[in-house]
Amino acid sequence: MSKAILLQGNEACVMGAIKAGMRLFAGYPITPSSEIAEQSSILLPKVGGKFLQMEDEIASIAAVCGASLAGKKAMTATSGPGFSLKQELIGYAAMAELPIVVAMIMRAGPSTGLPTSPAQGDVMQARWGTHGDHPMITLCPSSVKEMYELTIKAFNFAEMYRTPVLLMTDEVIAHMREGVALEDDYEVVDRVHPAEAPSKDYLPYKVEEGSMVPPMAAYGEGYHFHVTGLSHGETGFPTNTPAVHEKLMARINGKVKENDPNFAINEKYMTDDAEHIFVAYGSVARTSMNIVKRLRSEGIKAGLFTVKMLWPFPKTEYQSLLNENVKNIIVPEMNLGQYVGEVERYTEGKAKVSLIAKASGELFKTEELYNDVMAVISK
Amino acid sequence: MTNVQDYLRESHMPHIWCPGCGNGIVMGNIIRAIDELGLDRDKTVIVSGIGCSSRAPGYMDFDTLHTAHGRALPFATGIKMANPDLHVIVISGDGDATAIGGNHFIHACRRNVDITLVVVNNCIYGMTSGQFSPMTPTGKFATTAVYGNIDRPFDLVNLAGGAGATYVARGSVYHAMQTKNYIKHAIEHKGFSVVECLSTCPTYYGRRNKIGDAVSMMERLRDDCTMLKPGVTEYDKPFVIGEFVNREAKEYTEAYDEVIMKAGGKK
Repeated sequence: MSKAILLQGNEACVMGAIKAGMRLFAGYPITPSSEIAEQSSILLPKVGGKFLQMEDEIASIAAVCGASLAGKKAMTATSGPGFSLKQELIGYAAMAELPIVVAMIMRAGPSTGLPTSPAQGDVMQARWGTHGDHPMITLCPSSVKEMYELTIKAFNFAEMYRTPVLLMTDEVIAHMREGVALEDDYEVVDRVHPAEAPSKDYLPYKVEEGSMVPPMAAYGEGYHFHVTGLSHGETGFPTNTPAVHEKLMARINGKVKENDPNFAINEKYMTDDAEHIFVAYGSVARTSMNIVKRLRSEGIKAGLFTVKMLWPFPKTEYQSLLNENVKNIIVPEMNLGQYVGEVERYTEGKAKVSLIAKASGELFKTEELYNDVMAVISK
Repeated sequence: MTNVQDYLRESHMPHIWCPGCGNGIVMGNIIRAIDELGLDRDKTVIVSGIGCSSRAPGYMDFDTLHTAHGRALPFATGIKMANPDLHVIVISGDGDATAIGGNHFIHACRRNVDITLVVVNNCIYGMTSGQFSPMTPTGKFATTAVYGNIDRPFDLVNLAGGAGATYVARGSVYHAMQTKNYIKHAIEHKGFSVVECLSTCPTYYGRRNKIGDAVSMMERLRDDCTMLKPGVTEYDKPFVIGEFVNREAKEYTEAYDEVIMKAGGKK
């Protein structure tokens, strides 16, 4: 392990991205993600990579999609209003199966909202922001070190599943500075390249037996393949055939499975005998941890499930917590209640689910959250 | 002489274009230009947006990319930056390039990445069946301008030149061989090059404006176009064709190589 260095969350994101093999970043300035663009502009040319400041949010993600097709790992970064604009091509990347990463730093919305204030209002936009059925792998760090580690994972998942991946957290984690010791031995995954040489018979979207992810060639290698956002079969060419569209939808949605062991990265803290379990993500998980420790010191059996993999919802891991001891599931969120709906759905009536909402553009204060939690527990 | 068929994906024919559409002529011209310049087919990428002309890449046997409406240029920018060894040619329509893609268009002109853009200008949104575009002349008719179009059209050549494109030409599908040469010059040019190609849409533009059939529309192009003359600013024809801009400026991927050098990195 290396010596600890003082890093900002957004800086750690860029360092993780470069470690994962990012060689092109395209972005547009937006608070509170701008440091990701700034650091990319400084660090990428040092490793022979490229930084592009594009004319808008849509152009940024378009350039990232293009770079991915030319064989480079690429990322863009944004925040709420920019995220709304990027949805068009997040859908394109899902449909055309382009490995890309979008770093998404939440702020208070809707619209321009509170640009420099923390919130968690993009949880459902992350899942359902673009039109049509699509998978949306979404990782959520709650520390600076996790910004580094989960950015690497975001690139790995993008490459493994050929899909856009979100690295999403709140302004607190993005702007916070922490001492971080970065290990050197993180696994880096590259996309699978077709085993066959280019030929007239090449099928860019054909999957191998037992796989749901087609190997991916790069432009310029002689494969002469076609990519479109229209529905397509194995050839990559557009079709209106219902059966072909149905098969494509089943595959691109089915390749990202909730119970994939790669996704079981969420953390449990003192949940085994807990009667009251917090489900939290981002900076709120840290405040929740303080409350859990305080409650335990008072003899109250509390536990914490920190969600690092927001989407797909960690159904298997979450439901394994729901034993007969559990009375309350407490979901504190910096919004008026987004993830809580999903938590309730997967609780299936096995415990009482309570939202503690904070949508003022401020962090939860420990004392305030403690009082709110006590009100839930003592009911 | 180029055997155009060698470059087509005939298994994906018939194409979707109407009889008398100019798209096939433009596609053939791009293929002839590529062939005559001897570009490496494996290193040539054709990119498009959405619209009738944007279906062309699907019929062309290269690495091809059919993007989202208006977004072809930023996709192409990402491709070229990721691999500057590739020849990147973008095909776009008047609506795709100047309405929904208008911002991307002016910034591509300004940035000067070595990409060639061919804009097929049929003065109408053909794929959605005939609404007016930012290049429909004032007074013409469309399904969303049944009382006559009150919008003023862009002059694409002036727009591209003003925004900084380093090669700009205008041709037409009637002046096919001449326009092919403009496309050749555009591809050979180092920097961002634009060729506007006036085209025909007999189905929606021609019929709605009572111009007649495909042949009449071609005759109209013949009669409505005049050649650019040095020093002349006033013309008695609606369309001036020729090479308007041909200048040198630092190409963007080369400029970025210098950034890498300054940062101490290796290409």
